[in-house]
Amino acid sequence: MSSGPSFLAVVPAYNEAATVGSVVRGIREHAPTFDVLVVDDGSTDDTQPIAQDAGARVLHHPFNLGIGGAVQSGFFYALEHGYDYMVQVDGDGQHDPQELGRLLEAMDADYTVDMVCGSRFLSEDQEYPAPISRRTGIHIFAFIVSRLVGQRVSDPTSGFRLYNRRAIALFARDYPHDYPEVEAVLMLHVHRLRMREIPVRMFQRGGGSSSISSGKSLYYMVKVLLAVFVGLARRRPVPGPGDEAPVAAVHSI
Amino acid sequence: MPTIQIVSIAGCALLLLIVLELVRQRRFLERYALLWLFSALVLLGLAVWRGALEVIANALGIIYPPNALFVVAGGFVLVLLLHFSLAVSRLSEQSKVLAQRQALLEERQRQVEARLESEAGDLSSPSSSDAEASARDSSTGTPITSATSSNQ
Repeated sequence: MSSGPSFLAVVPAYNEAATVGSVVRGIREHAPTFDVLVVDDGSTDDTQPIAQDAGARVLHHPFNLGIGGAVQSGFFYALEHGYDYMVQVDGDGQHDPQELGRLLEAMDADYTVDMVCGSRFLSEDQEYPAPISRRTGIHIFAFIVSRLVGQRVSDPTSGFRLYNRRAIALFARDYPHDYPEVEAVLMLHVHRLRMREIPVRMFQRGGGSSSISSGKSLYYMVKVLLAVFVGLARRRPVPGPGDEAPVAAVHSI
Repeated sequence: MPTIQIVSIAGCALLLLIVLELVRQRRFLERYALLWLFSALVLLGLAVWRGALEVIANALGIIYPPNALFVVAGGFVLVLLLHFSLAVSRLSEQSKVLAQRQALLEERQRQVEARLESEAGDLSSPSSSDAEASARDSSTGTPITSATSSNQ
């Protein structure tokens, strides 16, 4: 345990009591080198005790911060504890822990890569089981993001991602709020970090409800597009956590 | 004195009185108190001193001078709203950071307590997590796929 790189799997979970236990056990079974950290984002159900019983460490937010804040807590934890690699595995059972080894292989094969992203759309043999509207939305993002970063990004909304230290340090300082994945790809590009994608399987959600209901998907599209283009206009998009927010009146109170 | 001016003066005076009373009770932070006091005073001044209002109305091409008062009041409202949006954004960012820090501290406390408990049973074994962390720092270059090769 004292030598070799260290690995952290971060599982953001908000009211995922139905699935979080099996996700944690799946990671521990299929990728035993990973320490498992569940970020319980202010759940009102039994997410926290279930995760602890399954053998995970748990960060419990006192109230719901949203997926961006939850994952960023994972980045803080990874940075503070000196982890070399961090992977994000959603608490809803959508991501398959058996694919973790392939993410690591991809990271290992190319040392210039800072983030490896599991994509639903790269393998030809399987169709991702999602409604056509959602797939269309994702493909629109994929088109725009690919143009902006000058590299094909087939699945910019995938949260199944492995980060190295540079990426961990960047995102611990600044990670987008509401729907962070698309913006995060652009942040990597702005900060001259590199990413690559590999094909992975994904499951339908095991339980609970997605953070993106159908009624909200239009809001999601508009918000992310706004964030993307505002982010482009902002050369240094980084207030550090704990810094004065840029909007602050400095001599306050 | 036209009715509209009497109504304006009464309205602005009432606003100023409310603001003063709230300041007296210390219900505001000072900088909000200043914003509101300034707004209320300017509006009351314009309501009383019709000449100034007419100058503004002429400059803006407003035919009916009391409308200029609404324009000025609307401007203050916009500035105040903008200010509050900034304040709310800052507060929510700060409370997010607080929640995250609190969660990290709580987890650290759990780990420390668990370690203390296990050390209470076995006083001779030194804690080693710091040593582990520094060992991790120096080992990023090693290949990593071996770590999960057992699963493939």
